[in-house]
Amino acid sequence: MASGEFTIEDLRRILHEAAGESDGADVDVGTMDTEFIDLGYESLALLETGGRIEREFGITLDDSTLFESPTPRALIEAVNARLTVREPS
Amino acid sequence: MTGRRVVITGVGVLAPGGIGVKNFWSLLSEGRTSTREITFFDPSAFRSRVAAEADFDPWEHGLGPQEIRRMDRAAQFAVVAAREAMADSGVELSEIEPHRAGVTVGSAVGATMGLDREYRVVSDGGRLDLVDHRYAVPHLYDYFVPSSFAAEVAWAAGTEGPATVISTGCTSGLDSVGYAAELIRDGSADVVIAGATDAPISPITVACFDAIKATTPRNDDPAHASRPFDRTRNGFVLGEGAAMFVLEELGAARRRGAHLYAEIAGYASRCNAFHMTGLRPDGREMAEAIRAALDEARTDPEDVDYINAHGSGTKQNDRHETAAFKRSLGEHARRTPVSSIKSMVGHSLGAIGSIEIAASVLAMENNVVPPTANLHEPDPECDLDYVPLTARDWRTDTVLTVGSGFGGFQSAMVLARPERNPA
Amino acid sequence: MTSRAVVTGIGVVSPNGFGAEDYWAATCGGKSGIDRVTRFDPSRYPARLAGEVSGFSAQDHLPSRLIPQTDRMTQLALVGADHALADAGVSTGDLPEFGMGVVTASSCGGFEFGQGELRNLWSKGGQYVSAYQSFAWFYAVNTGQISIRHGMRGPSGVLVSDQAGGLDAIAQARRLIRKGSDLILSGGVDASICPWGWVAQLAGGRLSTSEQPDRAYLPFDTDAAGHVPGEGGALLIIEGAEAARRRGVTRVYGEIGGYGATFDPRPGSGREPALRKAIEIALDDAELSPEEIDVVFADAAAIPELDRVEAMAITEVFGCRGVPVTAPKTMTGRLGSGAAPLDVATALLAMRSGLIPPTTNVTLAPEYDIDLVTTLPRRTPVHAAVVLARGQGGFNSAVVLRSIDWNGPKEGNEHGIR
Repeated sequence: MASGEFTIEDLRRILHEAAGESDGADVDVGTMDTEFIDLGYESLALLETGGRIEREFGITLDDSTLFESPTPRALIEAVNARLTVREPS
Repeated sequence: MTGRRVVITGVGVLAPGGIGVKNFWSLLSEGRTSTREITFFDPSAFRSRVAAEADFDPWEHGLGPQEIRRMDRAAQFAVVAAREAMADSGVELSEIEPHRAGVTVGSAVGATMGLDREYRVVSDGGRLDLVDHRYAVPHLYDYFVPSSFAAEVAWAAGTEGPATVISTGCTSGLDSVGYAAELIRDGSADVVIAGATDAPISPITVACFDAIKATTPRNDDPAHASRPFDRTRNGFVLGEGAAMFVLEELGAARRRGAHLYAEIAGYASRCNAFHMTGLRPDGREMAEAIRAALDEARTDPEDVDYINAHGSGTKQNDRHETAAFKRSLGEHARRTPVSSIKSMVGHSLGAIGSIEIAASVLAMENNVVPPTANLHEPDPECDLDYVPLTARDWRTDTVLTVGSGFGGFQSAMVLARPERNPA
Repeated sequence: MTSRAVVTGIGVVSPNGFGAEDYWAATCGGKSGIDRVTRFDPSRYPARLAGEVSGFSAQDHLPSRLIPQTDRMTQLALVGADHALADAGVSTGDLPEFGMGVVTASSCGGFEFGQGELRNLWSKGGQYVSAYQSFAWFYAVNTGQISIRHGMRGPSGVLVSDQAGGLDAIAQARRLIRKGSDLILSGGVDASICPWGWVAQLAGGRLSTSEQPDRAYLPFDTDAAGHVPGEGGALLIIEGAEAARRRGVTRVYGEIGGYGATFDPRPGSGREPALRKAIEIALDDAELSPEEIDVVFADAAAIPELDRVEAMAITEVFGCRGVPVTAPKTMTGRLGSGAAPLDVATALLAMRSGLIPPTTNVTLAPEYDIDLVTTLPRRTPVHAAVVLARGQGGFNSAVVLRSIDWNGPKEGNEHGIR
């Protein structure tokens, strides 16, 4: 089980495992607000990524979360919001 | 062999809630649904726990113990539906040269149920990577390569002409019949037993559609879970079944006084070359397939009386195909009844294209258009006449039926009354 | 108005050669790709040999984004498709998108990917099943992925008739060309050398249990005792002759001249097997007499009963020792739906070189009256070839290939056929 916070490093690693590396810009601090689609990751890649995040971090993401979080920043925030709910301490 | 025309002279259907043509048509014309909570296995761990299951007993339908033992459920479906179609058609295959009669069976996922079950056995419930061959059933190879479905139908029918399985995802059922018609047109065969089957309601299929959230999570109301074109729809309902047909060359069918259900007047398929599961909202490739099918049928868009839609009940599909109908038929799309029988019998993947051909043929036979069940609040972006809830008396001479599948396949078929184009 | 279907590009991914030229050199040199299975430990199974495409790394050839969502057979197919398009000099972006299609054969889909997801499901739970499972294992995946990668939006398809399907796909490509498509990428690539695929093939009862790579797969030999499975296959670029002229094609391998398919009578019927009929239909379709055929590429099951049926069909159609027969698949193993497309590629390369590659390791059993090319390649002009393929259950398919004088005296006229 991963540590309490979901970081951009976690996202990048899981995204690469789930969907490979894109030809375009990678996920990092400079592309936090670039939409996934422009980073080369479409809905299917995000679904696979979302499934892996759920399993690794022991959370459940709402169906809408992935599609309403079109950027790395939004997804990281959404995942961390779930983590906070899970671990109130 | 140009100029050869192809007609359907026999129909066999095995659908959830409607085994046999008569029961199937009752279900459709009464607008009843066959979707329910999954009973084949405990679905509680899954996101989508609804399916359209067939209450099918192979014994009741004349299969022997050997056949039941060696055939996957989908193969059993195909053989039973093929026997109904042959009896209905009255075709005497013994009177033609065996190699002039062929078989094509569509299937998207083959012997999934058998594979899922046997994997559990040889892997000791998923524990073994090096699965144990000593526990494998002798017919596992027939599950491994689903061409066994075509072999079973050919054995049942006694045909010795071209036999194959067509597997183009969820358009398999349309493509199989389209392929068969081409075999007759180009002179490779005179009769083809053609159709499609799938029996995918197993944990692996349910899990893989869960993973992409393609199936509906509407578990609290299974009977009304499949809602194509409705504002509240949120995914398709997995189904199972088969439909098989007897296809013959028109002249030969007329000479033997066969009942002519419909002519396969036009068929075409295109790929969206876009995404394995995604659809572009503009419906361009499906529209292109529709245009090509109409062109082959020498039919004007205005002559289409009824559209049997893919109507799977996913947001992206319903908008995609609505756009495709407008793009290909223009203003006439707004005047034409469109319906999705998946609202009643679910989405049986590769089989459904053939089951929808059966529905189209029966609509022509009865001059009744089956409804889209569960459609109470149309999606504002889906603004055609989807025949909500109740079947409609409607003069139906020409039907357009379409399909859309994973892999990007888009197919369209035009069925017409042979009388309209006398030979 | 129908167009002749000509082959303008070949892509090969085979256990004994990667790329058409590498494969052709290996095949004429008698180099085998059969060895002990390395993709898993085969010790516990009665069959331990396979034809593997060794040294293949998808990362070297394909975008990273495609790797997690594809089975090995799809990775091999995508690379084979790239090779075929490059060999034909096709730049798909320059051609009408609805004029190009993809028709592949499959036998078992992405079985290795499927095994992984079945394991996830049953050992960990449904939520561990990949989002890619819904298509990565299914039979249509190679056609879908190739069409996406190259923007080919025309009529396409997928056929499953076990090993015969590879020829059925090529015949369907020809049918689509005749109906007006310009270019169809067609053939088959299979790969299921994983424990789950192995067990399924063992259940089929046709695998050789020999541990000696040069004694394991011996069609038409008195020691025939099953086959060695392999992975790989071939993809071809098939074009309408007029479309190829328009594109300025200067090199054509040959023409898909004829096709016939039959299905054996149901077991116990006492009727004659239908392979001979398939050959006759294909020859009629090509409007060629048996005497005009220069070589037959055999299905070569290496099951005595099936070898007998095939040898008899060949003898009945072509006469005793009436035509050279070969089965270079003794160097690759049987590749499922990839086998027959690879044989078609081999036949076309034989036409180009005037060389029939050998059936290695085999000593012809005295009971078969066929002219089997063994040990060394045979130098002889090849203008027309027949390729045979059979699928378990009774599927028989035959394709006739014919040379074409593309750049000959009748330049610009597609009737410049020998």
